Amino acid sequence: MHHPNKTAHAVIESPEFKRLVSKRWSVSLLLTITILVIYIGFLLVVAFDKELLATKIGSYLPLALPIGFGIIVTAWLLTGIYVFWANNTYDTEVQEIKNKINAN
Amino acid sequence: MLTSSLLLQASALPAASTLGTANPVSIIMFFLFVLITLYITYWAAKKTKTGSEFYAAGRNISGFQNGLALAGDYMSAASFLGIAGMVATKGYDGLIYSIGFLVGWPLIMFLIAEPLRNLGKYTFADVVAYRLQQRPIRIVSSVGSLLTIAFYLIAQMVGAGGLIKTLFGLQYELAVVVVGCVMTAYVLFGGMLATTWVQIIKAVLLLSGATVLVILSLATFNFSPANLFQSVADKYGEAMLSPGGFITNPFDALSLGLALMLGTAGLPHILMRFYTVPDAKAARKSVFVATGFIGYFYILTFFIGFSAMVLVGKPIIEGIDKGGNMAALLLAEQTGGTAFLGFIAAVAFATILAVVAGLTLSGASSISHDLYVHVFQKGVSNEKGEMKVAKRATVALGILSIVLGLVFKGQNVAFMVGLAFSIAASANFPALLMSIIWKKFTTQGAVWSIATGATLSLVLIVLSPTIWVDILQNSEAIFPLKNPALVSMSAAFLTGIVVSLVNPEPEAAEKFESEKLRTYLGIGAE
Repeated sequence: MHHPNKTAHAVIESPEFKRLVSKRWSVSLLLTITILVIYIGFLLVVAFDKELLATKIGSYLPLALPIGFGIIVTAWLLTGIYVFWANNTYDTEVQEIKNKINAN
Repeated sequence: MLTSSLLLQASALPAASTLGTANPVSIIMFFLFVLITLYITYWAAKKTKTGSEFYAAGRNISGFQNGLALAGDYMSAASFLGIAGMVATKGYDGLIYSIGFLVGWPLIMFLIAEPLRNLGKYTFADVVAYRLQQRPIRIVSSVGSLLTIAFYLIAQMVGAGGLIKTLFGLQYELAVVVVGCVMTAYVLFGGMLATTWVQIIKAVLLLSGATVLVILSLATFNFSPANLFQSVADKYGEAMLSPGGFITNPFDALSLGLALMLGTAGLPHILMRFYTVPDAKAARKSVFVATGFIGYFYILTFFIGFSAMVLVGKPIIEGIDKGGNMAALLLAEQTGGTAFLGFIAAVAFATILAVVAGLTLSGASSISHDLYVHVFQKGVSNEKGEMKVAKRATVALGILSIVLGLVFKGQNVAFMVGLAFSIAASANFPALLMSIIWKKFTTQGAVWSIATGATLSLVLIVLSPTIWVDILQNSEAIFPLKNPALVSMSAAFLTGIVVSLVNPEPEAAEKFESEKLRTYLGIGAE
């Protein structure tokens, strides 16, 4: 049977495609784990060691404030890193594979 | 010391008194908002004929616009007034909530945004059902969607009625009816295009209003956040600036954190927005833009809360509303006078309208696209018939939301928001994620996973301290955690995995190849 699934199978089994998928998940999972560790770590510190977050930096500012803002900003920066990677590396590779499929 | 704080209170009291009376500025501002958005609806109505136009705005929204609209969908009045109020009355603990609401966004980006855009058509059930059997998946996932939407909608409607009563002195019932009718008009006539522009305008108004409010407040402290925090510490103690009693049990913390974080990635009205953009690249950009705006907004809310605590004072804020929900509005009046209060009040009202419109649209899509087409019509889509059902569903949901708003009058709505997030995190998110990444996922696995997540969320929240103790007045909760997500979500994942492994579906595994091609390369994406 000559059916588009045959090409789909060939593409999926190709080393380029496999590399693309595994690279995509390495980046995604690395970033996912980073944000989970940051947030869950923060919650655990809140639950177990409130004093640590109440530690003063300077004359009155507790550590909790810059950490809180820092997590918000970091979350945003991580999405930015992903967009940058995807727009530059991932999309280029996707285009290469697509060109190859069209050429066949 | 005592006299100075008394003086401060005395000077603040008369200012607070305009709340609850009809403020001409807010009424004019609000009518202006409604007129402009209805005009947009009229314009959008002419462009909204096909299903793709009704559900997905013809996939013509740009990444930046969709980012703003996503932010608009997400920044509800509950997060604006609720978090500012929480910070104003409880201090730093309010920030823990907003961080939880924000950190779900990176996960949407890393795990589901692109596959969702590449695989789906109008609803997230499209993705789950992609290689599984349509009927059972469509039925359970629309139950998951509709439950999430219903609880979120009740919370918004009840909040709207109460808010408008406090703001305009308008009757609760009248307020609920007005909100229900205007949002039905947006969705019914303008579909996703009108809803998107309502969200964009609302997001811009909310972000600029909150920015001006922070600037006016910081002016009192010589534009120095340090002075603001110093005043908080001087007036209410240093403990206000760091975590307090909000989180004591680590499991409770983790459970709430997971619900807030992963619930975002399971909210049907948020997921639906990914179909309004042309491709995966634009979907990525929207998440980046949305995360930026939402993060900025939460940082602003934090300053608003602390400024209100110092400038308006905790006793006055808590005197008007125990939960502190009026803190931002009292601060607006204090710093910008009655006219500015009117502006912020109108923005808060507009915010509710926009959020309920987004919820209603996603509910209507689930009924017409998932249930009507794929369950009753067995997948044979007849565009005209589908649109008719979508519009009837919109009217029905409009009426239902008014009725629910009236029935639940005076109820505590915080747990309903918690429940909506918990169902989204437990019923919708696990099935969505497993269908994208796991080859061996089966129809039975998905059905059982969704059913387990939804049922456990409902049952456990009834047995939790939130309902069992606080509402039903029992002395001790049967289930110890305030939020069930830790258990219900883990159970949903586990059930999905075990059921899929016990009873494999070779056909689904085989179709995973073509799904994969589309997920990663976007080939064949609509």
